[in-house]
Amino acid sequence: MIRVDERLLESLAKDKDFNAQACFNCGTCSALCPMGLGLLPRELFRYVLLGARDRLRELSDVIFSCLLCRLCEANCPRGVRITHNIRTLRSYLVKDEYRIL
Amino acid sequence: MNTASFKEDYKKDILALLAQNLGFRGSVLPLPSRYFTSWAKGLGLRRGGEVVLYTGHMYQLVPVIRLMEEQAKELAPEKRARLARLARWINPVVNVSAFSRFMVSAAARSRYERCLQNIVSLLRLTGLEPGYLYGVEKYAGALAFDLGLDGPFGRHAARVARRLRDKGVKEIITVDPHTTEVFKNVYPKVVPGFDIRVRSYLEVLAEANIEVRLPWEEEFVFHDSCVYARYLGLIDEPRRLLEAAGVKVLEPDQSRELTHCCGGPVESLFPERAEEVARARMEQLISLGRRVITACPICWLNLERVRDPRVEVFDISEILAAAFLGKI
Repeated sequence: MIRVDERLLESLAKDKDFNAQACFNCGTCSALCPMGLGLLPRELFRYVLLGARDRLRELSDVIFSCLLCRLCEANCPRGVRITHNIRTLRSYLVKDEYRIL
Repeated sequence: MNTASFKEDYKKDILALLAQNLGFRGSVLPLPSRYFTSWAKGLGLRRGGEVVLYTGHMYQLVPVIRLMEEQAKELAPEKRARLARLARWINPVVNVSAFSRFMVSAAARSRYERCLQNIVSLLRLTGLEPGYLYGVEKYAGALAFDLGLDGPFGRHAARVARRLRDKGVKEIITVDPHTTEVFKNVYPKVVPGFDIRVRSYLEVLAEANIEVRLPWEEEFVFHDSCVYARYLGLIDEPRRLLEAAGVKVLEPDQSRELTHCCGGPVESLFPERAEEVARARMEQLISLGRRVITACPICWLNLERVRDPRVEVFDISEILAAAFLGKI
């Protein structure tokens, strides 16, 4: 079961460059990722859009294992700012979950 | 303690350690300032000025990180996690990172220090005489920003920017992609009014048309840094310089804006994964030749640690210095 918290997206959307909603789930990013299929930006972005906070917490290793290398972005057909979005998820976890202020 | 929870704690402890170091000591890996400035001894670099060379401490940190990696590798993940927990509590009082400097030999440091010295000599060939901030120069904070440590990073960036302003700096010349990116594209967003011009030494050299003394006339494989290629668009400059130096540049399958990461960015949290990525990239590079050039100290460090003894990895400054300064 997924518990939904609508404040998650509200808090992330304060950052106007956060554009997970542009993703149309094609999977090009995951296919190119040097970290392999352990890292699925489109999956993360779906959970964000749903407001599935717990899932983000569970997937924190994935969020922190992104290289921020932007190979995915260079090929994204929707212009999703993937690395920026992932970094925004990190700062959310750091601040709201780990309480490192 | 189950695996998932100790891994989760390890990550939090490392993030907290990095945040503490940046907050209390102004660097993610704080060492005494003479450790960072000793490379400049005898070079006659002016103290401060409007145009300064900014090392960002990256080359100086390479041998320390390398040593820490080797030591961490010896430890089982559980033990590593316990040490990180202990360090997190001791670190606010005792600078735990400072111990590592006793273990880095002068020989291990000399190659990295020479890179910085060569960069100064190369810049001087263009007629530029940069200043240097010595102990006033601080780590720029790239790793903290990348890891989402926004609070500690923002406060640190404000302090660094204030120092630069107080010293009257108008332009900084950087030597690595991470420092370049964070000053050029992140500081202006987090520090109101930050308007210092930022240029990589590779841009400065590429614009200057310096004359070659000892052309290489040999082949090398070039590895693009992700940050130079995809964040900063600095793709042609290193190639122009290498070609002017007489190097025949071999391009791997993934090069230029499609370059493959060296794995370095996840080193602090997932060292095993970083190594896998480095190995995959190394395979691509050595399918073309056994001599590889990097332009980023972090790429250099990561490729170096998975290097077969028959393969050589060079920093671009070493190759340029040999050709333009005529010294090997």
